[in-house]
Amino acid sequence: MTSQAQTARKRRRSLSSRLYTWLTSMNLAIALLSILAIASVIGTVLQQNQPVNDYLIEFGPFWYEAFNALKLYDVYSAGWFVTILLFLLASTSACLIRNTPGFMRDIKSFRLNAQDKSLRAFRHSRQYESDLSAATIVERTQEIFAQLGYKARVKEREGETLVAARKGGMNRIGYVLTHLGMVVILVGGLIDSKMYLKTLNMLGVVEVETRDLPVSQVPEESHLPPGALAGFRGSVNIPEGKWGDVAFIGLKDGYVVQNLPFKIEIEDFFVEHYDTGMPKSFNSKITLTDKETGESIDETIRVNHPLRYKGYNIFQSSFGDGGTELEFDAWQLFGKAGTKQALEGTVNQERSFEFNGEKYKLEFRDFSLFNVNPTEGPDGSRENTNFGPSVTFRLRDAAGEAIEYENYFQPVEFDGTKYFLSGVTPEVGAQQQFLFIPADRNDSIETFMAFYATLKDRDEITRIAADLVAQTPQGGQGGAAQSSAARSIAGMVETFVEQGFSALTEQVDQQMAERDMPPEMAEQARESSFRVVQSVLMRAYMETLQDQGVEEFGDRDEDFFEKALDVVTVIPNYGSPIFVAPTGFNHIQSTGLEITRSPGMFWVYLGSLMLTLGIFMLFYIHYRRLWVLIKPADVNDDGESTRHRVVVAGTDARKNIDFDQAFAQFSDELMRQTGSNDQNDASTTPGKG
Amino acid sequence: MSVPNEQMVNGYQPTSNLPAPRHVGLIDVLWTVAMLVIAGIGYVQYSESLDFYATGTLFGTALGLGFLGWVWPATRWLVGVVAIISTFAVWQYNILGADGPVGRDGLAEFQESTFLFTYFLSSTAATMWMVALYFLAIPTYFIATLVRSNYGLKVGSALVWTGSLMGFVAFFTRWREGYLINLDYGHIPVSNLYEVFIVFAVFTALLYLYYEKRYNNRSLGGFVMLIIGISLAFLLWYQFDREAHVIEPLVPALNSWWMKIHVPANFVGYGTFAIAAMVGIAYLIKQKMGGDGPNDRLPSLAVMDDIQYKAIALGFAFFTIATILGAMWAAEAWGGYWSWDPKETWALIVWLNYAAWLHMRLTKGWRGPVMAWWSIGGLFITSFAFLGVNMFLSGLHSYGEL
Ligand code: HEM
Repeated sequence: MTSQAQTARKRRRSLSSRLYTWLTSMNLAIALLSILAIASVIGTVLQQNQPVNDYLIEFGPFWYEAFNALKLYDVYSAGWFVTILLFLLASTSACLIRNTPGFMRDIKSFRLNAQDKSLRAFRHSRQYESDLSAATIVERTQEIFAQLGYKARVKEREGETLVAARKGGMNRIGYVLTHLGMVVILVGGLIDSKMYLKTLNMLGVVEVETRDLPVSQVPEESHLPPGALAGFRGSVNIPEGKWGDVAFIGLKDGYVVQNLPFKIEIEDFFVEHYDTGMPKSFNSKITLTDKETGESIDETIRVNHPLRYKGYNIFQSSFGDGGTELEFDAWQLFGKAGTKQALEGTVNQERSFEFNGEKYKLEFRDFSLFNVNPTEGPDGSRENTNFGPSVTFRLRDAAGEAIEYENYFQPVEFDGTKYFLSGVTPEVGAQQQFLFIPADRNDSIETFMAFYATLKDRDEITRIAADLVAQTPQGGQGGAAQSSAARSIAGMVETFVEQGFSALTEQVDQQMAERDMPPEMAEQARESSFRVVQSVLMRAYMETLQDQGVEEFGDRDEDFFEKALDVVTVIPNYGSPIFVAPTGFNHIQSTGLEITRSPGMFWVYLGSLMLTLGIFMLFYIHYRRLWVLIKPADVNDDGESTRHRVVVAGTDARKNIDFDQAFAQFSDELMRQTGSNDQNDASTTPGKG
Repeated sequence: MSVPNEQMVNGYQPTSNLPAPRHVGLIDVLWTVAMLVIAGIGYVQYSESLDFYATGTLFGTALGLGFLGWVWPATRWLVGVVAIISTFAVWQYNILGADGPVGRDGLAEFQESTFLFTYFLSSTAATMWMVALYFLAIPTYFIATLVRSNYGLKVGSALVWTGSLMGFVAFFTRWREGYLINLDYGHIPVSNLYEVFIVFAVFTALLYLYYEKRYNNRSLGGFVMLIIGISLAFLLWYQFDREAHVIEPLVPALNSWWMKIHVPANFVGYGTFAIAAMVGIAYLIKQKMGGDGPNDRLPSLAVMDDIQYKAIALGFAFFTIATILGAMWAAEAWGGYWSWDPKETWALIVWLNYAAWLHMRLTKGWRGPVMAWWSIGGLFITSFAFLGVNMFLSGLHSYGEL
């Protein structure tokens, strides 16, 4: 071997051994623990795995890119983060490799070669003289050791005797268990992580799909056969009555499809409620059919109660609408009001229709069976009321503008009156506002719609106005004046109905101004105009009621009239040419399942057990050593000594103050039993640190 | 030492002066058996509603109390008195609820019409007693330490013991009250911030009492009770401003056996970390004022240093268990034992922080003010994990939003 090769080898070895030293250094360990802690903070402060747009809006394009480059939107599976974990794994393993052999040797050894000088230099050390024979001292020392639970060995050395004892070797085992436990946990965690899938993706074996496709159209490269991944965590939504046999695993900005060796059919999804209306449990009745054996299992899973099958775990994780079928009446509000069309729709689908030559689209977005809202009870107390089912939809016009509505199926009672509720959200993010349409005696919307139709019918209103004018004292004579009066009244009613009360006020004011009346007269004329409009409205209402077959007019109907007018004045702001009155539904939900396989879990749990045991052993088993060295203090003519010098010393791996006490107790006792009267304590116990 | 020399030489058999190691005595066995018998009675009473795990927890708790009684005999008194009072209260509630749940109004009516319940036994009244006694303990300890009144310090301890007693009574009556309102509402009261604050206060107080006994020194009481007082001030605000004390049913995610052991294990950790931080403050104050002297009011610096270590070690061990239990629960509820959910992640951060603290102390031998500052810093991290996460971050941990 040339000397060159030798030096190269040397250098190489020294590099790897330097690396090893670095890996096992405490500084690195503490740095890694701290870095890991700090890095973990990022992912809790920055919400992870949100849609790209949310980040763009929040940070702007520049910072979005910067953060994206650092993988801050998915920190915990980012390469650099995993690298920290791997370093921790390497460092802990290296520590173990380095320390374990020594520790194991150490707990077997009694350190019988301890020398006088070094013993006296211990922090816990003491010496005194004794008149007893060496054998007696050794015997009593051993007794005390036994009493304290120490294991002891005696060694006769040249002219002196050493009794060495130790206790608590399990503490060192605790070190091994703790750190080995940590290693096992990290390995188990990595088995279940996405690392393997990411590698497959990097190697081009698996492609990420980003399009929103039906499973059958997802290309083969994005499908993983069962067993392709040791561990994974995917999810899938399945509507009631349908089945699924895949799980979607989110990867990068898309997903891959994990094929499952079984089919899951959802029979039913249901929510149980407390009497407050709060959900009590989310449940899915599922049938799992093994594709290979044909074996099938019926189970109801719920939160905290998953189904486990051949290493796969199926959890209830979310729910949504699986395409509830809806029936509704579309009441026309514009144009020929009062007519309705019975239609059908499906949640998560759209329905186009034409109205007065305009194209509209209804997009049904959601259905909820219960709407529990806090309300105030009759005595002002806090209550929860269920408003019943509702449907959320968007009405989109030909220009693409959309308004979101949430309409309730059943009338809801407020202060003794029942209303049909329709929530309007004029633009995204705006506050929802409600239209309160009063329900009639039959809890139906018919009366209101009929009344509204009458108001919108110009001819009817003109007729009613004419009737009213005819009944006035000046009226009777008929003729042109009469019909023009009726027409102008009808015009005012129309303004009120089409544009609301403030428009009516404006119109009246304008008319007054045109006629140039003195103020008192104008005021009077205004009042009477309103009165006239009011009576027309009232008459229209009475006629509607008659048409509806109502004979007696009561307080309730009067109340209805006022509430109905409130609605009429706001309909112009409602924004929709139709009113969707939902009438029936067939509730179909979908359940969100989380499907996982975690072979690493066993290792994580095993490691956790080791870690826990190890920590308790490290903290609560004291690893201690004590030595008693007996030396002749004087030698008589026979070469025997009558007096001995006794050196006592001890150590505790923990260097905590308990050992001060324990050492003092031990050495006091030893001295009491073996010391001479005339103590000459050479050194004292370090009582206080 | 004045043993005559002759005696020692002439076959003198010494009786040892060493403190006898703590053996398991008859009383210890009897006590543990008593605990098991009580658990057995409980089991017979409620067996229909107990599944395998719940039964395990019940008997595990009995064994745990047996062990605790051995390690720390004073707890037997506490357990005994709590048992008697709570049994009485629950018995009264059982009579009230003999024909099924009585609802909020029924319960309120009963509590208002019964003197004992209005002022002592209802969970809200008992909680108030706990709060008042703990509050009172703060100035008592501080003043007694200042004027060096041993008697005053004992009064402080007595207040804390009694406060803890009432805290436990509140816990058990609240547990029963839930079922009394509505069978569906009943659950162990560790499920929302209000409830866990009570757990925190009682656990921290008891852990402190243990160290007080262990180090035979009561002068740190004021410091520890101060942090408990601060958390209780928050509890009061939470109760009066937010009506947090109202018993609500559980959200589905929390309806699990794991909650019963995960949460208490966490609070041993939180409690000891809080103690370590408060002792750290005492340490720094003493150090600023000149350190150890012949006439100290506070324990020596070395002792305070040691308490911090002991507290953090115990807390670390329990926090490890709690985090593992949390992972096992998550594996059952969310589909994975680790999801990097903010609460989970912050638990890890807390844990890593104390792991670093322990390594520094043990392998580098760090002591003194740096470690004291670090203990105090640790409490901030812990508090954020406990409260901040719920207040500022979103995640899967649904309880305890403010
Ligand atoms: C992965 C996370 C780690 C955890 C949870 C952990 C935990 C612990 C614990 C709890 C102790 C006992 C402290 C005490 O008794 O006060 C300890 C001691 C120790 N750790 Fe770690 N440790 C970790 C990583 C490491 C690493 C990476 C190294 C190597 C540099 C290391 C080296 C040591 C050493 C040398 C001791 C002292 C053992 C003794 O002399 O008793 N630890 N560790």
